[in-house]
Amino acid sequence: MIDESTTNSEVVLEVEDLVVHYELKNETVKAVNGVSFSLTKGRSIGLVGETGAGKTTTALAIMNLVPKPPGVIKSGTIDVCGYKMLELKPKQLEKIRGKEISMIFQDPMTSLNPVIPVGDQIAESVRLHENVSASQAYDRAVEMLELVGIPGERAGEYPHQFSGGMRQRVLIAIALACNPRILIADEPTTALDVTIQAQVLNMINDLKKKFGTALIMITHDLGVVAKMCDDVAVMYAGRIVEKGTLEDVFNDTKHPYTEGLFNSLPDISKKGTDLKPIPGQIADPTRLPEGCAFAPRCRYATDACREKPPTIHQISPTHFVECTAYDDPGFHIEGWQNHG
Amino acid sequence: MTAVTQKQGQSATLASRRYKKKSGFVESWNRLKTNPGAMFGLIVLIIMVLLMIYSFLFITKDDVMAINSGNRFKPPSAQHPFGTDSMGRDLFKRTIYGTRYSLTVGFFSVAFGFIVGVFFGTIAGYFGGWVEEIIMRVSDVMASIPGMLLGMVIVAVLGPSFLNLLIAIGISNISGFVRMARASVLSVKGSEFVEAARAIGMSEIRIAFSQVLPNSISPLIVTATARIATSVLAAAGLSFIGFGVPVPLPEWGALISDGRNYLSLAPHLTLFPGIFIMLVTFACSLLGDGLRDALDPKLKQ
Amino acid sequence: MGDTILEVRNLKKYFKSPRGMVHAVDGVQFSIERGQTLGVVGESGCGKSTLGRCILRLIEPTEGEVIFEGRDICKLNKRELKELRKDMQIIFQDPFSSLNPRKTVLEIISEPIIFNKLMKGASKAEIENRVLELMDTVGIAERLINSYPHELDGGRRQRIGIARALAMNPKFIVCDEPVSALDVSIQAQILNLLKKLQKEMGLTYMFITHDLAVVHYFSNDIIVMYLGQIVEKAPSEILFNNPLHPYTKALLSAILVPKVGGNKDSIQLRGEVTSPIDPPDECRFAKRCDYRCEACEAGNPPLLEVEPNHFVACHCIKPGENLLKEREGYVSAG
Repeated sequence: MIDESTTNSEVVLEVEDLVVHYELKNETVKAVNGVSFSLTKGRSIGLVGETGAGKTTTALAIMNLVPKPPGVIKSGTIDVCGYKMLELKPKQLEKIRGKEISMIFQDPMTSLNPVIPVGDQIAESVRLHENVSASQAYDRAVEMLELVGIPGERAGEYPHQFSGGMRQRVLIAIALACNPRILIADEPTTALDVTIQAQVLNMINDLKKKFGTALIMITHDLGVVAKMCDDVAVMYAGRIVEKGTLEDVFNDTKHPYTEGLFNSLPDISKKGTDLKPIPGQIADPTRLPEGCAFAPRCRYATDACREKPPTIHQISPTHFVECTAYDDPGFHIEGWQNHG
Repeated sequence: MTAVTQKQGQSATLASRRYKKKSGFVESWNRLKTNPGAMFGLIVLIIMVLLMIYSFLFITKDDVMAINSGNRFKPPSAQHPFGTDSMGRDLFKRTIYGTRYSLTVGFFSVAFGFIVGVFFGTIAGYFGGWVEEIIMRVSDVMASIPGMLLGMVIVAVLGPSFLNLLIAIGISNISGFVRMARASVLSVKGSEFVEAARAIGMSEIRIAFSQVLPNSISPLIVTATARIATSVLAAAGLSFIGFGVPVPLPEWGALISDGRNYLSLAPHLTLFPGIFIMLVTFACSLLGDGLRDALDPKLKQ
Repeated sequence: MGDTILEVRNLKKYFKSPRGMVHAVDGVQFSIERGQTLGVVGESGCGKSTLGRCILRLIEPTEGEVIFEGRDICKLNKRELKELRKDMQIIFQDPFSSLNPRKTVLEIISEPIIFNKLMKGASKAEIENRVLELMDTVGIAERLINSYPHELDGGRRQRIGIARALAMNPKFIVCDEPVSALDVSIQAQILNLLKKLQKEMGLTYMFITHDLAVVHYFSNDIIVMYLGQIVEKAPSEILFNNPLHPYTKALLSAILVPKVGGNKDSIQLRGEVTSPIDPPDECRFAKRCDYRCEACEAGNPPLLEVEPNHFVACHCIKPGENLLKEREGYVSAG
C-alpha cells in the first residue's frame, strides 16, 4: 500500500487552507473554515460529515462552482492537475471541468435535462472537450452507456424513461465520458435503494480501477466510506477534524467526534448494545463558538477546548487529528466497542 | 429553578408568557418595511383613506351636488385646486368625495369575492371528487364571461345603484379566488401535518379550514390586493358607461365620463379623477408585489 | 406472551391509476404482541408506508381486517374511530412537513389534548403544564414553547412530532421512517428516545424503515416486503442469522458495514423493482431472482411457516426442504 502510494504519487489535487463563507443579508454562514488535503492519482478519499459540515461547499469550491453571491472564497488555493482553479477565467474553467475533473450530484432526478435524449447529453459533454465529429461523439456516448450497464440502444430515450438508479448511471457516464482524472461524487447513492446502491457503488469502483480516476466521495455513510475509500477526512463545522487512511481512522479512531459517529450507528453484528449518541445539536455555521466547534457536544472537552482553536496533532505519517485534548500526551478516547 | 416550580403547576406566569413569541405578522411586516415600492403603495392608500375620512367629516352632499352656473369650467386655482366642472361644482371636493365609492367598491367587492371564492375553492381543492367538479365547472362558466359584461348584465337586471355595482363586481371576482384557493390548497393538502391532524381525530372540514387554509392564504392575500386595483378600475369603467353609480354622484369613472365631453375645453375634468384612479391602482399593485415577497416563508432568512 | 394487540388479516389496498390498478398492499397478514416492536423493511414502492396508513385508517383499505384489541377498525363508524385514534398514533418521516408551519410548539402539542377533550375542564395553565411535561419527556427545552417549527432543526422537530403523538397517551404507534431524514448523530438520539419511551410507557411500535441496521437494532420481529407482499417474516435474530428468501439475502448482503474490509462480496440483484401495476400471477420477485425456475411462474407463492416462527413466500422453500441450496451457483450469504 505505502509502496504504491510513493511510487505512484502523482498529485492530482491539492487543496490548501480553503475558507468559504456565504454572506447573507443578516448573517454569515461559515461553511468551510480552513480545509487542506491532497489526492494522488487513482486514490480515493472520503469526505465524511453531517449536514452543514461543509462537504458539498468544499466540492463546489474545487470545481470553482460556489454560487457568488452569496458565496465568498475568503482564502485558499486549489490546484487541479497543475491548474490554479480559483484564479482561472470562466472560459478556461469550462475546459477543465468535465475534462480533468467531473462531479456527480445526489439527486439524479434534477441533474439531467428532461427534453434531451440521454445519448445526446453524453455526446454533448464529449464534444465540448474533445475535437471529434458529432457521430464519433455519439458512438462514444453509446460506448459509455454500455460501460455503466445500460444497453446502447437506449441512448435515444429521454431521462423520464429511466429509473432513479439508471439516471444515476447516466450521470456517471456523462461525468466519465472524457476520462477525467478526478471524479467528485456528492452523496451519489443517498437517494437510491440499498440494492441499487450496491450496484452503483460497485460500478463506480470498477470504472475507477479501469480508468485510474481519483475519487472524492462525499457522504454521511461510514459504510459507503469503508467500501469505497483509501483515505478518510472527517469534517465538522467546516474543518477536517481527523484525516488518515481508512485503517487509521476506522481502526485507530482518535477524534471524539469520529468516535461519536461510530457509537451512533447500530451495529448489525451485535444486538442489544445501546447506542451512544452525540448529545446536543449539530453546530450552527452562522454562530460558531470561539474554540473548538465540537467542544459543546464533546464529553472530553476542557476549558482549553472552549477557549482556543484546536491544535493539530500528527499520530503517524498518514494520520492527523485536530483536537486540543492531545496536547496532553496521556490523553486517549475511550474508544468505541470495536467490532473487529 | 424557576423551571421546577413551573412544573409543579403553581406558577404565577405561564411558560408561554415568559418566552417571547415571534409573530409571523411582525416578521412579515419587518420584511415589507424594507420594500420601498410596497411602502410607497401603502402610504398612498393610507392618504386615500384619510381623504375619505376627511370627506365624510367635512364635505356634505350639498357641497358636491349644488349647481353654480356662474362658476363653470374654471381652471385650477387657489380657491378651486382642481377647477370646476360643467355645472360649476368644485372638482376637488367632488373627487375627494368620490374616494368613498372607489375605495369601498375596491375593498368590499374583493372581500365578497374573497370570502365566497376562498370558501368554495378550499372545499373544491380539499375534498375533490364530484364536489370539486361541480364547483370548478360553475366557476369556469363565470370566468368565461368577461367581467365587464357580467357587471353590465347584473346592473341591468338589478338596476343601477351603488350597492348593485358592488355586488356585480364582487361576483365577477369570485371565480379568480376559487381557482387560486383550490390550487393553493392542493399544494398544501398532501403535507404530513394534514395526516397528523387526521390521526388525532379531526374532522375533514375542520382540517380543511383550520390546518390547510391558513397555510395557503398568503398567495390569496397577494391576489386580493392586486384585485382591488382591477375592481376600482372596473367600477370606474362601469360608471363611465353609465352602469354604475347614478349620474350626479361623483364616482371617479362618472367624473371622467362627464369630463370627456369637454376634453378640449377643460382637460382638468378628466385629468384629476384619472390621476386618482391611477394612483390607487398603482399603489395596490405595488403593495401586492411587496406582500408576495414579505409573506413568502422561503425568504425567511 | 400471547397478548396480541394488533392483528392484520389479508389486508389489501389498490389504487386506481391511468395505467391500471396499483397493488400497493396485496394480501398482508401479521400480528403484533403488546409491548413489542414489529419492523417493516423494504425498498421504495414496496407498500410499507401505505400499509402503516391503512392500519390507522388514514387511508381506507380496499379489503381485509385490522383488529386492534379485539375490534375490527375497518368496521368502526366515525365516532368510534375518533375514540380509537387516542390509542393509535403515527410518527412521520419528514420532520419538515409533518408540523404545521403556522403553529407554535405549544399549539402543536396541545392540539390533540384540546381537540379530544382529554383534560376536560382543565384550565389553560393545566394544559400548558401537560405540554411542558411532554416536552420534558421528549427532551425539548422549555424555552422553545413558543417557537415555530421553521426555527428548529430536524432532530428537535422530530421530537415535537413524537410529543404530539404521546399527548394522546397511545398504546400503539406507527413509526414511518422516523429517523431516515436525520443526521447520524441525531438519529441515534431519536432511536434511544423511542426505546426509552417504549420501556417506560409499554408502547407497541410498528417500525417502518428501509434501513436494515436500524430495524435490526430496534425490532423483535421483522417483516420484509416486496411489491406489496410479505416475502419473509421472522424474529429479528433468526432473520439476520438465517435469511431464506433470495430477496432478503440480497438486502442483507447489500448492507454496508462501517468496518475496514467489511464489505467484500455482496449479492448483486439484477435490474430494479418491477411495476406494481396489475402484476401477473407469478412470484413478484422472479424477474430479479437468480434461482428462478418454471415453478416461480406458476402463481404467487404463499407465505409458509418453514421453521417455528419463520415464514417465507418462495416456491423453492418448503418446510423441511430448501431447493435453493441444491441449485448451482448457490453462494452462502453468511
